[in-house]
Amino acid sequence: MTSIEPKSTAPKPSLWARAQLGSIEQLHIRLESLIVLFVLGATMAILSPFFLSVSNFMNILLATSTIGVLAIAATFVLSSGGLDLSLGSVLGLSGVVGAAVAVKLGAPTPIAVAACIGAGAAAGFVNGLIITRAFVPAFIVTLGMLGIARGLALVLSDGRVIYGLPQTMVYLGQGRPFGIPMPVIIFIATAIVTHILLAYTRYGRHTLAIGDNENAARTAGINVEWHRLSLYTLSGALAGLAGLLFATRINSGDPTAGITYELTAITAAIIGGTNLFGGRGSILGTMIGALIMGVLQNGLNLLAVQSYYQQMAIGSVLVLAVFIDQWQVRKESRV
Amino acid sequence: MSLLEIEGVSKSFGPVNVLHGVDLTVDRGEVVGLVGDNGAGKSTLMKLVTGMYTADAGAISLDGTPILGLPPGERRRMGIEMIYQDLALARQQDVAANIFLGREPTRSILGMRFVDRAAMKRDAQAMIDRLGARLPAINRPVGSFSGGQQQSVAIARALTFEPKIVIMDEPTAALAVREVQGVLDLIRQLKADGIGVILISHRLNDVLSVTDRIVVLNHGRAAANLTTTNTDMAEVVSAIVGGGDMAEAAAHEARG
Repeated sequence: MTSIEPKSTAPKPSLWARAQLGSIEQLHIRLESLIVLFVLGATMAILSPFFLSVSNFMNILLATSTIGVLAIAATFVLSSGGLDLSLGSVLGLSGVVGAAVAVKLGAPTPIAVAACIGAGAAAGFVNGLIITRAFVPAFIVTLGMLGIARGLALVLSDGRVIYGLPQTMVYLGQGRPFGIPMPVIIFIATAIVTHILLAYTRYGRHTLAIGDNENAARTAGINVEWHRLSLYTLSGALAGLAGLLFATRINSGDPTAGITYELTAITAAIIGGTNLFGGRGSILGTMIGALIMGVLQNGLNLLAVQSYYQQMAIGSVLVLAVFIDQWQVRKESRV
Repeated sequence: MSLLEIEGVSKSFGPVNVLHGVDLTVDRGEVVGLVGDNGAGKSTLMKLVTGMYTADAGAISLDGTPILGLPPGERRRMGIEMIYQDLALARQQDVAANIFLGREPTRSILGMRFVDRAAMKRDAQAMIDRLGARLPAINRPVGSFSGGQQQSVAIARALTFEPKIVIMDEPTAALAVREVQGVLDLIRQLKADGIGVILISHRLNDVLSVTDRIVVLNHGRAAANLTTTNTDMAEVVSAIVGGGDMAEAAAHEARG
């Protein structure tokens, strides 16, 4: 007896269907999202003569880098069935902590960088601890942290922007080795490492399984509580990294940095195919989602479209992306 | 010596006595149906076997080794697998991911361990083949499968633990009629492989067609221990409800 029952009536899967399945299996992305990105890019290239240039691509990547790192954090948490609403505030807190350690304490750059990322990780760890040990819903805990981290950032900085980071630190935000902005390099390196982590390691596969069916994961012997705790810590650390990119790019620790960024990050993750309720998500997909938003914003800027319309456009893309996704899922479940 | 021997186990939750000294044995390659009305104690008895609950009195042994003092994980390692009614599958993940959930094979690249997808798919396919199950494709999310196909995945998953005994809770309850036969075939395959099976089911037609023996629980007691070939619907129904002429009810059950 063979396992694959030949379907005599059904036609051989089309090239398109096989490509769809292949991209999900090998790259962990929906082919449609990549096509949307290319169509959008091609449209912008036709509409604006300035779009197709290396320097403009660098602009898009640079503008996407901070949100992109936050969106990676959102992808991990969302695909595990969780939620982190504190990303933007933790970004702001981390930037202030990093700047304060560098400027007020005069610590060398490596220590300031570690403090920045460490502050984010600590906030994430607290989130995870309360969610997994005190059983308070993630929505509430991270909503609380949204307020706490923002307030703490304002307290630590006395409500003022901390200027004058050391040169070596500013290089992380403004340096351009080989003409490539440092934030872009850090962003892409982070994306590659985290994509491998989520798509090809047991840690990543367990993350998706927990988001898919927490009971099944627990029955399979996965330590769900420990895993969730580590995910929120990772999410916080990535928000800290985003805070570092933000602060070093503007050469200051701004306690109001990153307000509402968590919503933009979650939007990018979902446009990229992450399931809001867990079980599905990939960093490569999220990168495509973030780039779709970046290209849209950049293109509309080049076309001198008022920024109010950009917000409407991104909102529409979000709803459209989820619509297409749901439609695909329904189609697949009719097999 | 039987594979699984349950002797005089009792269990009460506070003042409520759920099991009063139940005996049950399962041999290698034997399919035993465990039937009884709701609240008769079927689930409680099975949870005593898997170690989810501790027994108040009695003894349970697997291959002659007493297991009552052992934790659930240890019993599982000894070869006791339970497939729950909800199947505990991750619906958005594919067949291989579900079969190897929590124990994904890895290979080392530059000192780091990555999930070995190729090995996973190969071994999952081998398990599906061994079972003779029919699935549309091994790389599809199991949520897109029918109930019977999902049941096949859950059984294949259980088999990878090399179990000696498999307990199945209502495996055919939610299935389309034409899928029931497929699942019953899988149970016969387990039997052919020398695995003991305990089948909990309300679908007496299925129980009568696939089991060797039928144990009827009634208010926490083993009311009957029937050899399937020597019994019929009327006798089973009568034992379930506790005596009397049940010809009418049995005829109803037989009609399905």
